[in-house]
Amino acid sequence: MLLIPCPWCGPRDEREFRYGGQAHIAYPADPEALDDGAWADYLFVRDNPAGPYAERWFHASGCRSWCDVERDTVDYTVTGSCPTGAHPAAGPDEGPCVSPYCVRRAVPSTGGTR
Amino acid sequence: MTGRRTGAGPVPDTWILFDGGEVPAVAGEPVSAALLAAGVRTVCRGIRTGRPRGVVGIGTGEPGAQVRTEGPDPRPMAPATRVEAREGLRVSGLAGYGRLPEQAPARGGDARWAHCDVLVVGAGPAGIAAADAARAEGARVIIADEAPEPGGDARGGGRDAWAAATWRALARAPDVRALARTTVTGHYDHGEHAALERRGRDDLLWRIRARRTVLATGSTERPFAFQDDDLPGVMLAGAAAAYVRRHGVLPGERAVVAGCHDEALWAAAALHDGGARIAAVADARPRTGSAAREALRRRGVEVRTATSVLRAEAGADGGVAAALLAPVGPDGAARGEPVRVPCDLLAVSGGHDPAAPLAVQAGARLRWSAPHAAFLPEGLPPTTVCVGAAAGTRDAGAAEEEGRAAGAAAARAALGPPVAPPDPVHTGPLGPLAGAPVGGLPDVMRSRGASAQGHGGEGVGGPAAPATPAASSGSEADAPAMALFCVTGPGTDAARVYVDLQRDAALSDIRAAIAAGMDSIELIKRHTTIGTGPDQGRTCGTVASGITAHLLGRTMDEVGGTTPRPPYAPVPFTALAGRARGDLIDPLRRTPMQPWHEAHGAVYEDVGQWRRARYYPRGREDMHAAVLRECTAARTGVAALDASTLGKIVVAGRDAGTFLDRLYTGNLSTLKPGRCRYGLLCTADGMVLDDGVIARLPDGAYLVSTTSGNAETVLDHMEEWSQTEWPELCVHVFNATDAWAVVSLVGPRSRDVMRRLAPGMDVSQEAFRFMDLREGEVAGVRARVLRVSFTGELTFEVNVPSWYGLAVWEAAMDAGADLGITPYGTETMHVLRAEKGFIVVGHETDGSVTPLDLGMDWALSRTKDFVGKRSLRRPDTARGDRPQLVGLLPEDPGTVLAEGAQLIGGAPGPGAPRARSQGWVTSSYDSAALGRSFALGLLRSGRARHGEVVHAVHLDTAVPVRVADPVFYDREGSRKDG
Repeated sequence: MLLIPCPWCGPRDEREFRYGGQAHIAYPADPEALDDGAWADYLFVRDNPAGPYAERWFHASGCRSWCDVERDTVDYTVTGSCPTGAHPAAGPDEGPCVSPYCVRRAVPSTGGTR
Repeated sequence: MTGRRTGAGPVPDTWILFDGGEVPAVAGEPVSAALLAAGVRTVCRGIRTGRPRGVVGIGTGEPGAQVRTEGPDPRPMAPATRVEAREGLRVSGLAGYGRLPEQAPARGGDARWAHCDVLVVGAGPAGIAAADAARAEGARVIIADEAPEPGGDARGGGRDAWAAATWRALARAPDVRALARTTVTGHYDHGEHAALERRGRDDLLWRIRARRTVLATGSTERPFAFQDDDLPGVMLAGAAAAYVRRHGVLPGERAVVAGCHDEALWAAAALHDGGARIAAVADARPRTGSAAREALRRRGVEVRTATSVLRAEAGADGGVAAALLAPVGPDGAARGEPVRVPCDLLAVSGGHDPAAPLAVQAGARLRWSAPHAAFLPEGLPPTTVCVGAAAGTRDAGAAEEEGRAAGAAAARAALGPPVAPPDPVHTGPLGPLAGAPVGGLPDVMRSRGASAQGHGGEGVGGPAAPATPAASSGSEADAPAMALFCVTGPGTDAARVYVDLQRDAALSDIRAAIAAGMDSIELIKRHTTIGTGPDQGRTCGTVASGITAHLLGRTMDEVGGTTPRPPYAPVPFTALAGRARGDLIDPLRRTPMQPWHEAHGAVYEDVGQWRRARYYPRGREDMHAAVLRECTAARTGVAALDASTLGKIVVAGRDAGTFLDRLYTGNLSTLKPGRCRYGLLCTADGMVLDDGVIARLPDGAYLVSTTSGNAETVLDHMEEWSQTEWPELCVHVFNATDAWAVVSLVGPRSRDVMRRLAPGMDVSQEAFRFMDLREGEVAGVRARVLRVSFTGELTFEVNVPSWYGLAVWEAAMDAGADLGITPYGTETMHVLRAEKGFIVVGHETDGSVTPLDLGMDWALSRTKDFVGKRSLRRPDTARGDRPQLVGLLPEDPGTVLAEGAQLIGGAPGPGAPRARSQGWVTSSYDSAALGRSFALGLLRSGRARHGEVVHAVHLDTAVPVRVADPVFYDREGSRKDG
């Protein structure tokens, strides 16, 4: 089992995580504009390098945050991780989030705690 | 009589039963020692040949004597050298394979996780010194050893008191864990190790995550092969001497010792000192070390050089009675006439193999060292270091020094430099990882990369020159070992030159494998099964490699060894299972209404982790009769379902509506508080993941219901998309499934029951419309009531906090008693929904079914994107001949189709064309409302085939069925308002 560096919790056992495949495959801004080949590429085609690979992990049995991890697929060296996304403050014209459930609405644009 | 106690060791204080006979024993000594002392030569028999086999070794490397423990701690198979004698112990020799004890409860098992700075594997001189040094540096240390006592290979020498005292001090020290009887069975990624601790009736499976690992795993003495080398009384020389030194047990009265290194000569001296008569000492080398030779000469024993044992000879008891010694060359070929030397102990030794499996699993390669006549590990990653005999250091004093230096170095490396906390702030969302900070990651995460350092690593020098035991003086008096793997002569019967005793595999098998074209040691292993026995080639692996190298004319490095995969020692399945058995194998989830179901005779069905009532039989009713009755009640009166297992996910936050719009197929941002809407959830490839009703709560948040058992999947899906694709949306999702109990009141009379239960709530059709959500008091409890319907009938879905679930259910049963309120279970629920053509995710879908396949285009928004929408235009998902949802009516209305039956066109039979599956039955029931059987299925181009007759094939039967519309009951939807 790997030791995966959760950006929020520190190194944790792989058993706490769910794998999420290759990182940085963004959902296309306008899927309807893609032809069938390009859409199939988004859906199904992933890199398979022998070497460093940016991949996604979900700390399912921990903080339930997704993170991106760089791992060498040959020797499993893990070189870094960072949070996937972050919840920014509301835009200037939107006002603060007023949801009573929101625990992250005070997050300043420079980052912060959660 | 052969074998006895020398008197120098402890006196037997107990008895064990071996094959039914009493054997005196010293509590705590290995069973093998007791058997040797009692003169028991034959312990078990060869797996294929049935030849008698006795004790060969000591410790874990035991190729001969396997026993089954019948009590008091039953174990199917273990080496006699690793079973501790104790009062009441019953063992028997094992012929062939292990057998689980009959009528004995399974062994207990448990799991533990541990972290440490330094893990030391092995508690010989090197390991104990390493652990002690690491502790002194302030490291958290775990030290584990297979044996009951510390000391390792050096036990019985001059270091026992030091080893025991240091071990005790370690065990008492804070932040140190000293595990005896614990085998580290595997090295895994990023410093993870598995270890099996044997605790009487229980096994404890450890997972140890270590920053640094010191492998002080010692070595295994190996024999060399010759004809009839498997006879009882043929033992490893070092092991025979160890029985004398450690246990005061002399394995034989008249010994022949044959070896090819100085340590075998020292073993002969020890046997002599233990009281054995040394009949002959043979050394295959032309020249021995002078120290050992002189020591033997002082005992009146001359060493016959360039001589070895060509053959063992059996006596009347089947054990060894004589050794035939002959002059041998450097390749083990015997020349000249053999000399017959009578003996009852033939002690042989071919050298010592460093116990390297863990080192190899950590990334080391094995390289043959001629001076050591052994494979030594090299190229370990910087987080792992190998010391002592495991690295080829034979001298205990040198091993201790190596261990001490390595332990201190490992501790210093593990403790510093300080680990910086991870810093998520300075890494942008979705930013490329190349720029991400990497500082602060424990370098154990790089554990697999082999370093340029030698096997010693971190300040520990290369292997010390081969040295004799501490008893010897000065290394100039020693001679290097010789590689001797097999002794044969012109008359040798290769089929009786046993290489792997546990597999009864012989020299002839290796020759046959090579003759058949195998030229890799891995192939030869598979062809001969050498190395696949209980000890996994620990004692015979190098011998097999050596013989192969000789036969192929290759070097040892060219031949190499087989891959030592985990586990290093057998791990019982009961240990792997741990506590995850019986009721604990998986969490069992029950609803708050469970006591009522229990009291009313419900029959259960497991749905995911949930235990749900399937039906409530009355009297002698079977399921069929009960379900027809429950269905009738729901369609004509009032019935109640415990729907608490329905997944309930709250989606809240400023952008919850936008978020759900993007995920679900319909528009949900336009949903008004107090209203509900049905929605489908797809994965990006357009396949249905889940479906359910989404309600808008008065505070604007959404309550999303999911299929029972699917809440966790849907929650994961939502968190993934909200975090990874749309972090700019303020959305918060959480699972409220267990927080709410749900009583579903169903049927035309359900409104009457609701009026009684909730007098303060206007439940009239005008005030409480279909797809409305109301909050109020039901049975005196704060409740959310949804007017949704999964049956087609008027339904009030009453959600109350879980604490009140049972009370509200009971109140509903009381309130509806005079109306004949009928509890119903999942089977009736399925019949009712299938009559309406409502799908169940997991029945009608299997991850390859789109909304279009289900005929649910009406649920798809045309005005906005949703995840999976683009996929519905893909050529494969858009083609017309995909399996589509249909209704199926068996031509015989009394036949209930098997779910999963395949659908084919024409009737099968002799002469019929080879049938190709055109679909399958997804749900199938008998219906009270329809008065007949019916089913749902997926059929190729099914929507265009209504009215056609196809055949449902299950096992040997083919039933004609007519394809129909999937909605069988109340197609107008007139009944949902009561």
